[in-house]
Amino acid sequence: MKVSDALSGAGLVALGGIVLWHVQGFPAMPGQKFGPAWFPGLIAVGLLVCGVVLLLRAPAGPRIALPEWTRRARPLAGVASVIGGLLFYVLAADKLGFYFTGFVLVLLWTRVLGAAWRPALPVAVVATVVIHLAFYKLLRIPLPWGVLERFAF
Amino acid sequence: MTTAILVQALALVFDPYVLWVILGSAIFGLFVGAVPGLTATMATALLVPVTFFMPPVPAIASIVTATAMAIFAGDIPSCFLRMPGTPASAAYTDEAYAMTKKGQGELALGAGLVFSVIGGLFGTAVLILAAPALAEVALKFSSFEYFWLVVLGLASAVFLALANPLKGIVSLLLGLLVASVGLDNPAGFPRFTFGNAELAGGLTLIPIMIGMFAVSEILRSVAAIDKPWEMAQAKIGNVFQGMWGLMRRYPLQTLRGSVLGTAIGALPGAGADIAAWMSYAVSKKFSKERDKFGTGHVEGIIEAGASNNSAIAGAWIPALVFGIPGDSITAIVIGVLYIKGLNPGPTVFMQNAVQIYAIFMVFILANLIMIPLGIAAIKGAKQMLRAPRELLMPVILLFCIVGSFAINNSAFGVLLMLGFGIVGYLMEENGFPVAPAILGMVLGAMLEENFISSMIKADGRLLAFFERPIAAGLGALTLAVLLVPLLRYAARIRRT
Repeated sequence: MKVSDALSGAGLVALGGIVLWHVQGFPAMPGQKFGPAWFPGLIAVGLLVCGVVLLLRAPAGPRIALPEWTRRARPLAGVASVIGGLLFYVLAADKLGFYFTGFVLVLLWTRVLGAAWRPALPVAVVATVVIHLAFYKLLRIPLPWGVLERFAF
Repeated sequence: MTTAILVQALALVFDPYVLWVILGSAIFGLFVGAVPGLTATMATALLVPVTFFMPPVPAIASIVTATAMAIFAGDIPSCFLRMPGTPASAAYTDEAYAMTKKGQGELALGAGLVFSVIGGLFGTAVLILAAPALAEVALKFSSFEYFWLVVLGLASAVFLALANPLKGIVSLLLGLLVASVGLDNPAGFPRFTFGNAELAGGLTLIPIMIGMFAVSEILRSVAAIDKPWEMAQAKIGNVFQGMWGLMRRYPLQTLRGSVLGTAIGALPGAGADIAAWMSYAVSKKFSKERDKFGTGHVEGIIEAGASNNSAIAGAWIPALVFGIPGDSITAIVIGVLYIKGLNPGPTVFMQNAVQIYAIFMVFILANLIMIPLGIAAIKGAKQMLRAPRELLMPVILLFCIVGSFAINNSAFGVLLMLGFGIVGYLMEENGFPVAPAILGMVLGAMLEENFISSMIKADGRLLAFFERPIAAGLGALTLAVLLVPLLRYAARIRRT
């Protein structure tokens, strides 16, 4: 997605303004000139200045231009499935567990990206099991069991 | 350095476990480097969770080996697919492909390998000699010198290396803003946490890096998933054929590439990819056969190939001595060094001398085993490049998820990874470079801390920043780096 320099500039000005306004509420350090607001405040001023320069120097053109791949079915579905799938993991992994979410996601992604069922199914099973064993058993990362809690090992 | 330290370091490296880790990481690095869309930085980010449970030396060894291999292996798809395997090979991809088309694919791959090894060893030699010497000087540094070093690093990242400094500055500022989230500031005040406990500790870097370097890269690959890779045919026999002749014919180019590469690597914010671009340009500029460049001429590949591998080692110099990363790989490495108790800084060469020298040995070893493994990778290139992306990318994504989760054992890491993955993708798409943002995130705390403590010591007098001799020199250099491009820029605007 191409965002025009004018729009990014405006966004940066807004971000800088909000940060600058927000840090006004930070407490001062007694007896010191440089409190916690100083550093982010300076960054915010920098963002404001850069945003204004970007805005002023921006060449004319569309504000937002969709890249050419968004008009092709498989890439569009692929990118959507990656973003959606990761969100799904964040929301569901604790309840459903790693085995279930991992398997579903790999199967979804391989299929959407164009793999046939025959390689997709075994890859989803093997990838989930191997990554789980490596991280859960060898590296002792407490990956969630979720619905499979009863079978935890 | 005493012999006792060397012997102990040798024993650390030539431990069977460490050697297996090195071999495994080498194969991993070669694969990641050879497959377009997977980069050396991504390899490092993905290795971090795995290294968590290793002792310090194998943990660092895995990253050193994997990155060195990946930067070389990036040359392989340049020859077959006209696609760089990592951004560090992009500078001479067209040249290498043109050589394959002329029937010289074998020569291009051989030169890529041999001069990668030479460059890597050169950078390693400089690292071994320069880092401890610099550390002696750095022992005398106070917060004033560190402040200037950080500013110098940030300034050079933005100005020396980029086509569009303004967007570089924006990227840097965004990184600094991310770094200021949380409690970790001189005042200990929770900034931008909005009462959220996950944010109080600050935004964890590893999920952010996996997002910006791996997820954004995967998004790019997925967006081009329906474009098949077309493989050029090349007969691969003895890749060393003619290498001796090239070494005798282009010694100056090899040296120049290695020196420039090490220097660019050591410069904060600029790494192997920028080193390769600059060396290729230098090679073309000073070549006697300038008109042959672009038509499949090996000279630029030699210089830039040596350059990008020497940059890998060069980047470790400021990372080890000052804790200031030389490139985006060492930006990740610094975090690992802290976790492993090898806190970067001048004292690491005394307190952890054995481990540091063991790491130096791994650098040498990694560059030496690159010869046999590199030949194997070149021979197996066709198989590697046939790895189906529609199966590979989902598995890597699952790996990314687990890696981001593993740092704090929380799904928040996965959310961070996704958010910064999208941000990284959009930034690159719109000409905002990602590397300055990463540098800002890594150095933000150091910048603020050294500034505040200097200001407290100096009681608010800015002149104090120039009163110590080294600080004054560093300060003057920093101001020059900041002012020269600005003046040039102003002059250009006045002309147009």
